[in-house]
Amino acid sequence: MRIVAFGYLGLLLVLPLGLVGLRTFEHGVSPVLHALSQPNAVHALQVTVVIAVIAVIGNTVFGVGVAVLIVRHTFPGKRLFSALVDLPLAVSPVVTGLALILVYGPTTSLGAWLGRHGVHVIFALPGMVLATIFVSLPLVVREIVPVLEEIGTDQEQAAWTLGASARQAFSRVTLPAIRWALAYGVVLTLARGLGEYGAVAVVSGRLVGKTQTANLFVEERFQNFDQPSAYAMAFVLASIAVTVLLAINLLRPADEA
Amino acid sequence: MMSATGGARRRSGTAVGLGLATLYLSLVVLVPLATVAWRSTSHGTDSFWHSVTTPEALAALRLTMGAAAIVVVVNVVMGSLIAWILVRDDFIGKRLVDTLIDLPFALPTIVAGLVLVSLYGPTSPLGINLAYARSGVLVALLFTTLPFVVRTVQPVLLEMDGEMEQAAASLGASRLTIFRRIVLPNLYPGIAAGAALAFARASSEFGATVLISGNIPFKTQVASVHIFGLIESDNATGAAAVSTVLLVIALLVLLALDVAQRWAVRRG
Repeated sequence: MRIVAFGYLGLLLVLPLGLVGLRTFEHGVSPVLHALSQPNAVHALQVTVVIAVIAVIGNTVFGVGVAVLIVRHTFPGKRLFSALVDLPLAVSPVVTGLALILVYGPTTSLGAWLGRHGVHVIFALPGMVLATIFVSLPLVVREIVPVLEEIGTDQEQAAWTLGASARQAFSRVTLPAIRWALAYGVVLTLARGLGEYGAVAVVSGRLVGKTQTANLFVEERFQNFDQPSAYAMAFVLASIAVTVLLAINLLRPADEA
Repeated sequence: MMSATGGARRRSGTAVGLGLATLYLSLVVLVPLATVAWRSTSHGTDSFWHSVTTPEALAALRLTMGAAAIVVVVNVVMGSLIAWILVRDDFIGKRLVDTLIDLPFALPTIVAGLVLVSLYGPTSPLGINLAYARSGVLVALLFTTLPFVVRTVQPVLLEMDGEMEQAAASLGASRLTIFRRIVLPNLYPGIAAGAALAFARASSEFGATVLISGNIPFKTQVASVHIFGLIESDNATGAAAVSTVLLVIALLVLLALDVAQRWAVRRG
């Protein structure tokens, strides 16, 4: 039984990942550095990081606020609201991209109006940020909600009776209690933001050197038979993913303790 | 106890917070998705049906659903098995394997696609070439959905402390009976939740399947890729129609999961 499980994991996870490492460095380190120092590669990485960071900030603020609303407050339609927050997990990235184009695209009335005021959403950075926020929206909320439910309100109420303001109670009592779940959610959001391909591919227009992210770079280089560049960038992204995994692994036991 | 003014401030705080959150959610998620559904029927229901019943769309939807169903079955078996080994078995490097399970969540999908092409593509060192074949699509989907069942079954197994199994064994139940009558019924909710999430993910996956499938219409083109093609050829209405079908299926699956879970909770 153990052998079956290990064999499955080996063939599906370990071997493929190891092979990317091998393929990347089969001609040594210098071609990899050369591939990654092309202007388009550097630009793609910069675009990716900018998008991911904006998405993390937006979704962290939203995520903490919504988690507190869902757990600590009552309002009509709460179940529906909570279900809608999870909705992005069930949507195909391509559908996400299409949905954003249909609202903010240059041919729609809203998109045209924004365009006249100098704001271009689709085929530009704002659209790519929106797509990334969309796909990673539930991640912070889903991590914090169970923790908030579990810690209850005893300590917050104690803080209030001692005269703490709502803000003090939040920053001194609630925030420390959820910090690991929050960190976990942020790391997941960051990983998803750095790794989104489908939704960003649809809204970006895939303009090389302009709206090309690291993930789009991998695909474009691969399709243009520039495998060294594709593997080099894929290796960078995979390394980030492995780092994220280790970070999650470090955060998890702290969360359970 | 909260003072009356504190309560009032709290309520108005709720309203403001809820308003801002709803605005954010609407601008990014709800309005765009509603527009997809609205756009899909903007030329009437006839054109909607026409778009979703073109031979290419039907083939793509059929492949997507078939592949997702197979992926769910494999995941239920292998995911439960892996979860079982991670909880009940002891071996060196267990923590590493446990960490590795989440790799498909952390790895960008296009990198996953490239990773799989390098192992199971035309230059495969194993001599297995699944590129441009339906089996390649399956492998890509198995990769991206691997963690779901493991991560929903694992906590249930952790909570079962083995007392029930010991009681059954002391009453003379065979190992097979114990597994079938004691362990499996406890795992059903976890397996169902993981299966539903895996199905939703498999039926919507795009990035991982792009490189290995070759996107051959009628053969390896899944629904997401079909929609992508329609968008690229400026057929937004057709793309919206097929998207709506995908959305409805995903929602039905998640709704079924919700109903099943609440039924399980009520049943105790």
